[in-house]
This record gives sequence, structure tokens and C-alpha cells, in this order.
Amino acid sequence: MSLATNFLGIHSPNPYWLASAPPTDKKINVLRALEAGWGGIVWKTLGSQVKNVSSRYSAVNFNGTRVMGFNNIELISDRPLDINLKEIREVLKEFPDRAMIVSLMADNDRKSWHELIKKVEDTGAHGLELNFGCPHGMTERGMGAAVGQDPEIARMVVEWVMEAATIPVITKLTPNVHSVVPAGKAVVEAGTNALSLINTIQSVTGIDLDTFVPNPYVAGKSVFGGYCGPAVKPIALKFLATISQNPVTRKVPVSGIGGISTWKDAVEFMLLGSTSVQVCTAAMKHGFRIIEDLCDGMRNWMEEKGFETTTDFIGKSVPTLTQWEDLDINYHHIANINQDKCIHCGLCYIACEDASHQSIALEYGKPYNKYTIKEEECVGCNLCQLICPVTNCITMVEHRVAPEYLNWKDYQQLGLPLNDH
Amino acid sequence: MITNNRLTGDQYAVNFADIHPPFETHDAALVEADRCLFCYDAPCMKMCPTSINIPKFIKQISTENIKGSATTIFSSNIFGAGCGKVCPVEKLCEGACVYNLMDEEAIPIAKLQRYATERAIHDKWPLFKRKPSTGKKVAIIGAGPAGLSCAHVLSREGIDVTIYEKESKGGGLMTYGIAAYKVTPEFCNDEVEYILSIGGIRVKYNRELGKNVSLEKLQSKYDAVYLGMGVGLTRTLAIKGEELEGVVDAIDFIYQLRDKGFSSVPVGDKVAVIGLGMTAIDAATQAKRLGASEVSIVYRRTHAEMPCTQHELDIALLDGCKINWLSAPKEILGKRGKVTGLVCSVMELGKPDASERRSPVETNETFTIEVDMVIKATGQIPFVDLVMQNGLENDKGKVRISDNGRTNLAKVFAGGDCVNGGKEVVDAVQAGKDGARGILEFLGIPASNVEPTYNASTVSPQKGNLPDIKLLRL
Repeated sequence: MSLATNFLGIHSPNPYWLASAPPTDKKINVLRALEAGWGGIVWKTLGSQVKNVSSRYSAVNFNGTRVMGFNNIELISDRPLDINLKEIREVLKEFPDRAMIVSLMADNDRKSWHELIKKVEDTGAHGLELNFGCPHGMTERGMGAAVGQDPEIARMVVEWVMEAATIPVITKLTPNVHSVVPAGKAVVEAGTNALSLINTIQSVTGIDLDTFVPNPYVAGKSVFGGYCGPAVKPIALKFLATISQNPVTRKVPVSGIGGISTWKDAVEFMLLGSTSVQVCTAAMKHGFRIIEDLCDGMRNWMEEKGFETTTDFIGKSVPTLTQWEDLDINYHHIANINQDKCIHCGLCYIACEDASHQSIALEYGKPYNKYTIKEEECVGCNLCQLICPVTNCITMVEHRVAPEYLNWKDYQQLGLPLNDH
Repeated sequence: MITNNRLTGDQYAVNFADIHPPFETHDAALVEADRCLFCYDAPCMKMCPTSINIPKFIKQISTENIKGSATTIFSSNIFGAGCGKVCPVEKLCEGACVYNLMDEEAIPIAKLQRYATERAIHDKWPLFKRKPSTGKKVAIIGAGPAGLSCAHVLSREGIDVTIYEKESKGGGLMTYGIAAYKVTPEFCNDEVEYILSIGGIRVKYNRELGKNVSLEKLQSKYDAVYLGMGVGLTRTLAIKGEELEGVVDAIDFIYQLRDKGFSSVPVGDKVAVIGLGMTAIDAATQAKRLGASEVSIVYRRTHAEMPCTQHELDIALLDGCKINWLSAPKEILGKRGKVTGLVCSVMELGKPDASERRSPVETNETFTIEVDMVIKATGQIPFVDLVMQNGLENDKGKVRISDNGRTNLAKVFAGGDCVNGGKEVVDAVQAGKDGARGILEFLGIPASNVEPTYNASTVSPQKGNLPDIKLLRL
């Protein structure tokens, strides 16, 4: 059993790459990451000359948990190109077994892209990632998300890139669009070898209630930043699924990105079609040491499921995401409260009473009320189960309406009645 | 030998320092506040005699609305800060916390309650506004928890209140009858000051009903009178030797300690404390903290029946007090008029009595403890004579009231220990609210500020399923 990953001939001992970001912007960090055991890195975006500001980050905390969502207004690498190229060479020499991808964002003309690609390929790097996603700072200059948001511009830039590139090219997509598929299709048609997604989502993470200035604070002002971290994972998974389902985009391998913090998150991205996964926020919060459990947890899970390689399960969940109108209307399940486990907190009751279908009965007790499901009222929405603080106290028990499969289209055709309550 | 001044000033300061450590930082309070599940029709709230909306005030700490949190607490219980220190929470709110059912630590409700309320008191937040004066005047006997709670509600409704207090300080048993390490003298003073800061409440100190105040005169001078004078001294043991020098009353012992200062209160070298209620614990632990070398608590039943909480018992045990279970005082021995020993009968448990606890029955066996001081803490007795003289209907000296706090006398209401015979501070606070509601009703003033009735739940027990919103407001 092995976590070894082959991404278009780019080999890494595990599917975990550090995403193009502050942790990968210089040799000292990258060496520490590779020593810790990361499978590969995507070197922080090289390209046009930039200057960064202070401060750069802000975060969203929730109910005592810090950095549930993270936001940055940092630009691409602000170090001289020559130093970056020299350090990439040095790292490659020390860790030839790890994936070395370099993220690129050249000025918006063919010549600049060709020159940059040539210089980077000369380092011996294994692949290129095109940054079409950065949502701040670069867009105003016609780069980053400005490219990724317009499928035709993205197509043009990828065509330029493919004229010069001799190593695999991964195009990184922006989520700041209604769908990633149009841009994804355009760049695949233009010849990109792979896709990666998502980049960060434009955001305002919060406002200082004393100064009235949103964060991060820069001399009394702020700007929209790029949002990432655990909060964005569900959005990333949705975009990934659409890429894995589309007949054009599903032909190329995908490197999944967006809020991956644990091995479970990574497995989910892979089940929806990612060959490798990229991590940033979790490493920024906890350091590179998290790689140990990322690998260990995935390995133990694979062993339990009997998977020999990651390719045994990559994409396995894609066929289970269907269209709403194909869902089986005859499937029905009903909540059940295990009275031995119930702690009488009443959270299921008030949620169902105020926000769902008034399907939980309350029998007064002092101090503990008794809560039971009114089975005939329960629509099987899961709300109570999701809210219950006790694991496996509320379970959803299958009670099919009828044995046969019946979807919405059949239902309409048969003229079956709507709900009467 | 019984003597005062056994310790140095520094030793007294250490022994009587506040036992309740506050949250060191706001973050520390947040960690606990964020653990709260925000239960619906919360068990903790149902177990609070004043029905403080506990999930709400904890959520308000979580959202950094500390003013709102303190207001939530004080609206139901104006002694919310003190109750956070003296309530037997393991029998009440914290004991009902649903985390107990998950075998997890209960939310430290009392500590969170102190966090919000102590800040309000420290920063003197004016959280309540008195309505314009209605011109109605009410007299209250006793500036203890019942009297002040009643006074605060009445003042909020624009009543002019005059309290007659026999001591020179307010707070009642909170100030004079509870161990100083639980509620320090400074804290008691600040709490009373904070309650009175609403205005409209005048306290006449050193005025005692039946001595320099007459109920008849109050009835004629005021629109209503509320009696919250509490209970008196400990009941007698009715055993030989009780008159000896060195036999003292726990209430009086704690009173001296709170009133005169630690170094001036005489304490024996070897002390026996009779009883195992909260007062017995407070007397025993404070005797030890005043410098007694040995303190033995004598209790006639077993651990299963003890009236104090385990937390209280642990304080006594940690202080080095010894507990004699199944032991009843039989005779106090003396020499030259002074206590030299306590003879105890060994008891065994018989059939359950009216309190459903098994009654202790004497065996033939006895033992003797060598002591030079005996502190009696076997329950207080009501002011029987005072109650009888004024023609108040009563039950063995406990004033009899109807639901809204009314006594048999015109315009006269009562509540707290003088009615219930002696319960927790939190019960007296609720009794004050109930009395205020009765008085407002009697005076024809809508009681918009009286928070939930006794043990009100957001769910009505009768209707079962439907939340009864009316209960929340009145």
C-alpha cells in the first residue's frame, strides 16, 4: 500500500503539495517542509515585479475556534526573480524525489510568458502552474483573476504558454465566477495538461467595530482579499465536482485546493477527482508538522478500505452526484432519538419547532424534558441530527414510501399529489 | 482554652481570602462560555430558584455583550453576584447541566455569573433605571436578600422604599451569616451599595422591629409593609451542660467574626461543631481558620443524608476538620463552669422520617471528645415572640403567607427565611420578588419588571408542548 502519486509523470511520495503561497516563497521554508515530509511544493508565484503592504492577513473566528476562515491581500513573490530561480535549483538538488511545481504570472503578453517559462524550465522544475486566480492587486493590472474570469483571455494565455512549455502545465482556476467550467473548458481546449482549483474567494472578513475599518487594516483603509481555510472547503468541493463531471475538463488530472486541513478533507477532494491536493492555510496555522497525520490518517483509512494506491479511490464519488430531478422521491427516512443517549438539551426540539416541521414532542420534566419524534410529521430533513451535540443520539432510520425508484419527472407524469400540509 | 488573636495579621489575611478565583482573562471566560450548548428550556435555568436565564447570559458573554449578560442575571436576581459565590450550585444549576449526563464537566455557571456581575459592580454600570415616583411608599423590615430584592423591584416601578435594618450594615445573612472566605466584607458592602445605587431606597440602620420600630405605626404610615427579618438564633440542644462557658451559637459565632474582625473573636483550641448544614460548615472551617488546632463535626446521620453539598464538605475536610458520622450530642462535660468535653451517642439509621431521610436512632454506645468549645449549628429558630406579639398567623413562628406574599394583616406582606424557616440566599431573593409582585398588585401598579416567577420554565408543565410566553414576563 502506498501514497505515491504520479501526476502527469511528476512523482511525489504522497499526494500532499504545499500550495503556492507564503510557506513556499523561499528556500528556508521549502526545505523545512520537505524535511517534514511534504510530497511536493508549488513555489510561490513568480512574474511581474510587485511590492507588498503591511498588514496582509485577516481571519474569521467562530465560537471559540480561531481562523475558521483566512484572508490575505498579499501579492505574488516580491523577491527578485534571480534569487527565486537560484533557490529552486538548490532545493531540487537536495530533494530530487519531491514534486517541484513553479507558479507563474507573467505580464499579459506572449513574449513575457515565453521568457519566464524558459527561465523557470532551466532550473529543472517538474511542472508549471499558471496563476489565473489571484483576486487582488494583480487583477487591476490585467493579471490573475482578470485572466481566469474571462475564458477567451485564459484560452489565449494558455495557447502562448503551450507554445513554449516543455514540462507539464497546470492551470489554476479562480472561483470568483458563477461556474469554473467555461474557463476550465477553454484552457483544456487550449492545451493545458492539468487543472488546479480553487484559488481564493474575494471577501471582507470583518470590520473593526471601534475604527469602522474592515480588516486587514492598512493605514485606515482595506481592500477585498482572498478567502481560504476550512470555511471554503464546501465551495471548493462543489467547483471540483463540476470539473470532474464535465466531459471536456474531466479528461485532465486535477490538483484540488481549498480548505484542506485534515486527511479526511484530502480524501474527500480525491473522491471527487483530485489526483493531488494542495494545502496552505492549515500549514500557516499549525506549521509543516501536520503532514505526519495527513499521511498517517490517509494510510490507515486506505488500509481499512482495502485500497492499495490512491488511484483506487480517486473520483469514486463523482457518479453519486446527480441532478435533483433524478433523486428517488420514494426514499424516506425518519429521525429517531436514542433516549439512553439523550442529554435533554432541547436543541433538536427548538430547531424543529422554529425552523422545520414541528415533528418533535416535548414532555415536560423538571429539570429534564423528554423529547420524542412524531414520526408521521418528520420529513427526514436531518436538522435535528445535525444539531444534536451527542454522537449517534439521533439517527435517521430508513422508511421507504414505496419499494420502487420514482423521480420527480415520473412523479409529475403520473400526476401524483403534492404535500397537503 | 478559648482565646482570640491566635494568629498573625498575615495568617488571617491568607485564611480568609476569597475562595473563588475569578477568570484571569476574558479569553479564559470565553473558553467556558463557548462550551455552553445554549440548551432550550434549559435544565440549569429550571433548577435556579430565581429562574436566571442562564443560557442567555452565557451566550451574551460569548458575544462580548457583558452588559447584556449582567442585565440578564440581575433582572432575575439582584444578588446574582453574591449567589454566584454562595449558592450550592452542584444541587442547583450546575448539578442539572446536561454535560453531567455526558460525564463531562458541567459548565462553571457560577464562575461565569461572577464574571459578568462582578464587572458590573466594579465598574458601577447603571443597568436599571427607576421609573418616575408613583408617590406610593413601602416599608421593608430587614435589608437582607429578601428585603433588598423586594426593594429593588419596587424602586424600579417608582415606589419609594424605606428599609428598617437592625444591624449597622445591609446584606443580612450574606454580610453576617456566611463564611468570610466565601463573601468578603468588602464584597458584601459593594454588592449592597450597587443594589441601592438605583435610588429610591432609603435604609434606616440600627432600627429593629419590636424594639424601636412598631409594625402598627408602619402600617399607618406606609401603603404597604414587607417583612423580611429572617430567623433568629440556633435551636437549643436540650442536653446537660448546654449552659457551660464555651458553648456558643454558630450564628452568633459567625456574626462576631463578620462584625468585629477575625482577631477579636475567641475560639477554642479543640472545637466540636454540632450539625452538618451550610452554617455548620462555615462555623467549623472558620474556627479552624481562626487557629483552632482540632475541629470535630458531629452529625447524627450518614454521608447520604447530609444537608450540605459535597463541595462544602470538601472545604471542611481540606481545612482539616474531622467528621463524626452517626453521632449525636448527649451531654456537654465541664469543669469550673467551662467546657471540657462532649459526650456523643453512637447512632444507627432507622425508618425514613417526614423528610424521607432515615431517622437516626440511639444505640447504647457512647464516646467522648475532649473539647474546650462547642458550636451549635442545628438550625435556626424563627422570631416566635415577635411574630406572635404582632398577631401574625404563623406555623411555629414561621409567618404564614398566601401565594402573593400576603399575611393575615392588612397591607402586610412577608417572605424569605421568616416564612420558610431558613433556606438559601437565592430562595430569599425570589421571595423578595414574589413579595414585590404581591405589593404592586395590591397597589394597582402593573409589574412590568418582575422577571420569571418561582421556577418558571419557558415550557408550561400543564400544557406540555406549547411554550407559554406569558410565564416569561410575569
